[in-house]
Amino acid sequence: METIEKKIVIIGGGPAGLAAAVAAYDAGERDIAVLERDGYGGGILNQCIHNGFGLHTFNAELTGPEYAARYLELMRARNIRIDYDTMVLSVSGDRTVTAAGPRGMVRYDAGAVILACGCRERPRGAINIAGTRPSGVFSAGTAQRMINVDGQRIGSRVFILGSGDIGLIMARRMTFEGASVAGVAELMPYSSGLSRNIAQCLDDFGIPLMLSTTVIEIRGRDRISSVVVANVDENKRPIKSTAREIECDTLLLSVGLLPENELAMGAGVSLSRVTGGAVVNDAFMTDVDGVFMCGNCLHVHDLVDYVSKESAACGRAAAEYVKAKAPCNTDKSDFVTIKTSGGVRYCVPQNITRSGGGSITLRMRVDNVYRKARLVVCADGAAIINRPRPIMTPGEMETLELDDKASTAVRKAEKVEVRLETEGVK
Amino acid sequence: MKGKKEIGKTIDCAVVGGGVIGCFAARELSRFRGDFCLFEAESDVASGTTKANSGIVHAGYDAKPHTQKSKYNVAGSLMMEKVCRELEVPYKRNGAMVIAFDADGREKLTALKARGIENGVQTEIISSDAARAKEPRLSDRVIAALYAKSSAIVSPYELAIACAENFIDNGGRVYTNTCVVGIARHERGYALTVRKDGKETTVVCRAVINAAGLYADEIHNAVAKPIAIRPRRGQYVLLDKSAMPVTHTVFQTPTALGKGVLVSPTCHGNTVIGPSAEDVSDKTALETTADVLDEVFRKAALSVPSINKRDIITQFSGLRAVCGDDFIIGESADGFFDAAGVCSPGLASSPAIGEYLATAVAKKLGLDENRAFDSHRAAIPCFATATDEERDRLIQSDPRYGHIVCRCETVTEAEIIEAVRRGARDLDGVKRRVRAGMGRCQAGFCTPAMVKILSRELGIPEELVTKRGGGSYMGI
Repeated sequence: METIEKKIVIIGGGPAGLAAAVAAYDAGERDIAVLERDGYGGGILNQCIHNGFGLHTFNAELTGPEYAARYLELMRARNIRIDYDTMVLSVSGDRTVTAAGPRGMVRYDAGAVILACGCRERPRGAINIAGTRPSGVFSAGTAQRMINVDGQRIGSRVFILGSGDIGLIMARRMTFEGASVAGVAELMPYSSGLSRNIAQCLDDFGIPLMLSTTVIEIRGRDRISSVVVANVDENKRPIKSTAREIECDTLLLSVGLLPENELAMGAGVSLSRVTGGAVVNDAFMTDVDGVFMCGNCLHVHDLVDYVSKESAACGRAAAEYVKAKAPCNTDKSDFVTIKTSGGVRYCVPQNITRSGGGSITLRMRVDNVYRKARLVVCADGAAIINRPRPIMTPGEMETLELDDKASTAVRKAEKVEVRLETEGVK
Repeated sequence: MKGKKEIGKTIDCAVVGGGVIGCFAARELSRFRGDFCLFEAESDVASGTTKANSGIVHAGYDAKPHTQKSKYNVAGSLMMEKVCRELEVPYKRNGAMVIAFDADGREKLTALKARGIENGVQTEIISSDAARAKEPRLSDRVIAALYAKSSAIVSPYELAIACAENFIDNGGRVYTNTCVVGIARHERGYALTVRKDGKETTVVCRAVINAAGLYADEIHNAVAKPIAIRPRRGQYVLLDKSAMPVTHTVFQTPTALGKGVLVSPTCHGNTVIGPSAEDVSDKTALETTADVLDEVFRKAALSVPSINKRDIITQFSGLRAVCGDDFIIGESADGFFDAAGVCSPGLASSPAIGEYLATAVAKKLGLDENRAFDSHRAAIPCFATATDEERDRLIQSDPRYGHIVCRCETVTEAEIIEAVRRGARDLDGVKRRVRAGMGRCQAGFCTPAMVKILSRELGIPEELVTKRGGGSYMGI
């Protein structure tokens, strides 16, 4: 078995992995390998053929493949190594990465590992929809791939459960493909997708968004023939008297994304119950020394631009680490853990190193729709950041960029809290 | 599946039904010299009750003494480990416990233990501490348990598939998508009318083995005194491999309808929870229902309170073929052999039932021993469970072992191609042979690639690839 030594091994050649690689290179590290299980880079971007990517990063409105191509060009210009068709099977706590590829098994001994493995879709089974098990039930991303990459025609009368962004985008996509979309049901009283996607993907095509509604049964023996939907009460329990049957030959599920962290678990990385990703410090290091994490396997993002930005910071930190400068996340006395409250579900990074330097960016999501609210960061009881937000929704990630002064205050504090303050208006 | 040629004018024995009983009977028949065919109405063997049950090789303490159930269960359970070794099928003797929550339950344990002794199966009653020492996540409310060391788990569909492959390797023929629609007495035995692709053919056979599961009554009633098979639905949920709440099979004390809700590991490291026991009228009523699944989960949580709905990756249901209180095993008409009403403990009994049926047919027809019979069937080399050195060798032998199609279960393209070569014709057929799509993402990632591989290997357009045959097309 071949063994390769590398300063930085990045697992995943999607938007997170590519941005981390480019940034690590630009921070001075040349000995990098990106491991990608597909035969091409860009990850999930390749099936996202709609536009709307890159407004922040490239100041241009790009499609997913175009956004990926820009990063692959940055990789080529730097001559950074990408090992394609290489599927990582395990990562050990001492940063040995074992992968399978067409030429055999390969072992990488890495100075630092960046986990940039992305996320997967929550399947039907995980949400317990009763009924038969016919064909024609797809997770929205699977359908997106089959249509956009493989050129298949998967259905003509479609119902969609879940108003996450992929569900919304697929409602429009299926319409373009000539299918009729009977509706999009959403369990919650609000959509978990971006507002612009509701407007551009549903409203523009007259596709109904059915809030506080879910699919309670799948019918059909060979291929799905209909779904039964029902309204739900405030406890999200279906109200049986509202059950109605909607004919369809395809059901798409857009019911949540789960960070893909089996490799991280194998390496002994502690995961957050809230994000499903690792608990990291402001250098994006997990609690396993030299193992970093960024992108959708750290927490599910709304925009790829934010993935790129976060991952670039991770790549720079990994480059620093292999030069033996980055603070270690394993020393509990060297960091302060950020507490979240008042509607802030989580904050990444969770830990801020006392000995670290530089300005800190906090990324978070809220647990409900809030209007006229403020995001407040408190260090030892004093509000050091107090930013108004006209509207916040669970579907959109919130970012707080702390200046040097605020960052220093956070690093020095005994207790740090991020909370949401409202004027009682939801 | 392979091994096909024109169905001959008169064959020696037809096996009706490709569940685990039919496949075992067929495999055992091929120990004898003769012309044998297995007919399966669905697109694959193991498509009915065999694919949707608990996968338990019951030790045999539970069956009522002096019944067909106790006879075949005890015998089958003793045979299972060896036969799984011969057929390279996942099998694990993990032990089982029946737990009691109160004095009434403890009495039931004593009765079960006595029944076991009568059936020749050793069990012991252990204290709650001893039970929790074996199974730390058991409920605090458990006061005692009956421990059955010889209880085991097996992969039921892989067992049936392996038997079918072994049958083919030893000269048998398996016809899928082939439904026996009529059976009548014939001067040389029986004339079966079989329908495939809408076309009917007559097959004359000297003997018949009826292992048609839920439909065994329809086959039986054409030539013998009528029986009625009643479907009894069992709904299950399956937990992700990361959950692993138990290592033993944990039962509650049995009720009139069955052995109650169990929590058990599967051979592949998932956890199966179920079944319900609902008498239904429709033999195709395979839907799951939210209320019953909630109830199943609630009952299971009485045994193991830490189980979490977040770990559920899928749910499914199976229909047990129930005919009165016992199996109907034997020669119901001249040269017509039944394995009807084989509900639980049918899987555990299958090696013994298969052996009995084949031996009875051979005796009836005066068949000679097949000296060329090879009891060994080689499994498809499994990349996921191989060591890194073995994996390297596999990839060197075929680079398609280096292409992992199903990430959750680490299944390679080479394994999928081999599954197709051995008879898989659709996504479910591949899934049951090599586990692609069986994991936590439930085929989210591998479906597009699987559709392409099946299309290429079967030489059919992608839109004609199905989930499980019939009209279950993946495209429109």
